[in-house]
Formats: sequence, C-alpha cells, structure tokens
Amino acid sequence: MRFVLNGKRTDVPAPPLKRLLDVLREDCGLAGTKEGCGEGECGACTVLLDGAPVNSCLVPLAHVRGRKVTTIEGLRSRVPEALAREGGTQCGICTPGVVMAAVALGPKPNAARVREALAGNLCRCTGYAGIVRALAGPRAAPHPRVRAAGAIARKRRG
Amino acid sequence: MATALSRLPLLQPRTLAEALRLLRDEGPLVPLAGCTDLYVGLHFGTVREPRFLDLQGLRALRGIRRHGETLVIGALVTYSELIASPLVRRRLPILAEASRWVGSPQIQNRGTLGGNVANASPAGDTLPVLAVAEATVLLRSVDGERRVPFGALYTGYRQTVMRPDELIVAIEVPPVEGRQWFRKVGTRAAQAISKVVMAAVRAPHPRVALGSVAPTVVRAPRTEAVLAGGGTLAEAQAVLVDEIQPIDDLRSTAAYRRRVAANLLAQFWSDTRRRR
Repeated sequence: MRFVLNGKRTDVPAPPLKRLLDVLREDCGLAGTKEGCGEGECGACTVLLDGAPVNSCLVPLAHVRGRKVTTIEGLRSRVPEALAREGGTQCGICTPGVVMAAVALGPKPNAARVREALAGNLCRCTGYAGIVRALAGPRAAPHPRVRAAGAIARKRRG
Repeated sequence: MATALSRLPLLQPRTLAEALRLLRDEGPLVPLAGCTDLYVGLHFGTVREPRFLDLQGLRALRGIRRHGETLVIGALVTYSELIASPLVRRRLPILAEASRWVGSPQIQNRGTLGGNVANASPAGDTLPVLAVAEATVLLRSVDGERRVPFGALYTGYRQTVMRPDELIVAIEVPPVEGRQWFRKVGTRAAQAISKVVMAAVRAPHPRVALGSVAPTVVRAPRTEAVLAGGGTLAEAQAVLVDEIQPIDDLRSTAAYRRRVAANLLAQFWSDTRRRR
C-alpha cells in the first residue's frame, strides 16, 4: 500500500484491513502512536490524515492509499514543550494523541476551541487544565488547587 | 482481535456500478465507509462478517449539492463536511448541529451520514433530524434506484427495508419550513451515546422526533397533533411520555428517559417561541 508517511513516500506490504495503528507500530516501526482503548474513545492513537486528526485504530490501511499520514514522529511543533512547561503531561500515554489533535487547531486558539478540539482525547492524569493552559495560554485555565499545592510546597521548602 | 481483522478480505470497486454488481454477485458483503462503528465491532470480535466492500472509492456517493429545491447529501459525506457546509447550515442547521455532537473531531472527520443511517442504531444522532426533515433515502441496486421515505426505512431494532444488494447513494432533504431545534442528552458533551436525542420543527404543524427512546428513531405524531391542535405544553408532555417506549439499559433508565423527553419538549417549545 503506497502512501506518504511523515513527508516521505512509502510502500507498506500489509493487508488492506489492517488497522493503520498496527501498521504504524509494527510495519513502520513508529511506536509513538499509542493504543489506548482500540475503539475510538480515547484519542491516544490520533494521527493526521491529509492534515485532519483521525483515530488510527479505526482506519483500515486501505483508506490511506495515496494520502498523507502524519504521526508524532513527523511533527515539528512547540506543543510538546508547552505541555511539559504547563504540566499538561504526566504518564504520557495520551500525550502523542493530544499533540496531534492540538496541531490541527491553528495558532492562538481560545480555551473553548481547545476543549472542543480535544474532546476526543482522554487524559486520566492531568485533569486537562495544564493541557488547556499549554495550548490556549496561561490565562485560559488557571487552576487554584495547583496553585494552592504550589504555595504549600514553597512554604515547606522555606 | 487485530490480527484476525488484518486477514479479512476487502473488495475495492472504483465505480458505483461495479460496487452494485459485486453486491449482487459476490454477496453477502458488508459495505464499509468511515469505519467508526464497524471497526469497533470488528476489533472486539462482535462482527463476524467475512467479507467487506469498500465504498471509499465511489465518487457518486460524495458531495453536498442542491437539486432544485432539494438538498442532496451523498452517503459518504462526513460529519465534518456537514458541519462546514454553508448549504447545510443554511437549509438544515440542525443537521450541522447534530454532527457537532457526534463522537469527537476524530470521529467527525471519518464517520459518514450514510453510515449513521445504515447502521440503524436507535441512538444515531442525525436520525431524529432526518425524521423531522422528512428526508428521503435514495437506494441503488443493479436493478435500479428507489426512494424510501425516512419514516419508512426502519422496521425494528437495527432493521431496515434495505435489501442486501442495495446501497445508500444519498439522503434527499426537502425544504423545511419553521424553526428547527435539536438537543442531545448524554453523559458528557463528547464521546457519549445519547440517553435521549430530540429534533423538532416549530411550524403550524410542529414536528418532533426522538432517538434512544424506542427500538428505532421515532416521530411523535400524537404529541405533534396535540401541539398543532393548540393543546397546552403539559398535555403534549403527558402524551409524549406515553407515546415513547424507552427501556432500562446501561446508559440510562426508562423513567429518566421519559422525564428528559418531556423536559426537552418544554425546552423546544420555549426556545422556539416567536419573540415579539
């Protein structure tokens, strides 16, 4: 099956109904795309198909013929750094999918746009506030509890 | 599991005529489009169909256009395309609205209107919209085409009048007079299967349709008649909770669904009141 993977033409000899997720991980050696639920609920396997985010667990290889697939490995973006800076990543399994869903947002989205764009990406660690802060700016999702915890930590250190 | 899935055969016709021939001569075949429902069942082994027919190569099933006064939506049109379409937003804004409530952006980029209709789930989010719009489903087989009124498409839980050799080509929507209204109630805004979903039109003869309250999507003709006849909202609500047949399942209870359906009717009625 011929398609463009992360900007490079590629030809993968795999069955047409094999999940794109498995093709990427097993046939292409790109393990950055994660499997969470395997049924399109969690968004961990999100990749871009012709620039639009899709769940690679629900895409048969046949449907990427002649199209452009972009994975976390092929992405140049400041989103990962922003997520790290704002506490928008913790265990990390959702993070590649969050990044892929976020890059489709375009520059300077507001918090409501971010929440809608990431509605299909589950994160069980961060509570999302850090993710929204990272993508929409620090004012978008102030988190009083995190601040309170920070204040306590500073007090203890002091 | 995924390994079994990867060994299943797939037929990939280039034209609608070829697809219809394959359906007749090589059947039974399961048509496959956005895969957002089918792949869930396949991966977890609940779908046991051996062979598949890929519709993605069929141009005849794509596109949104106007044909005279009729809005024609190809079966392969995705939710994202419905949301972005100026034609849909102008003519049938509640279809764009319903599409925004389907799954997530990832699902909206892949799932198709034809798939939502063919899948025949009583919880399909676009189905109450097509019911109140009194849409027509355009079916094709090798023998020719036929038009089925949306209200006559479903015969029971996940059952339709479609023959195994027929494909949905398009959904045809006539002009809808009156104020359109839609609301889905689920556990959360995204990625939730509806507990109750309602579409309605405020017109001299109001139209009301609901999903997830019966084995198929349903119109509520008795409720509509009360509203059309100048009955009170309370009378219409009493008729509605009697007219639907919700069940207890893992998403909700019948009692909750009746209560919510009545509340949605009240919200529809107040939201669409003509402002002076």
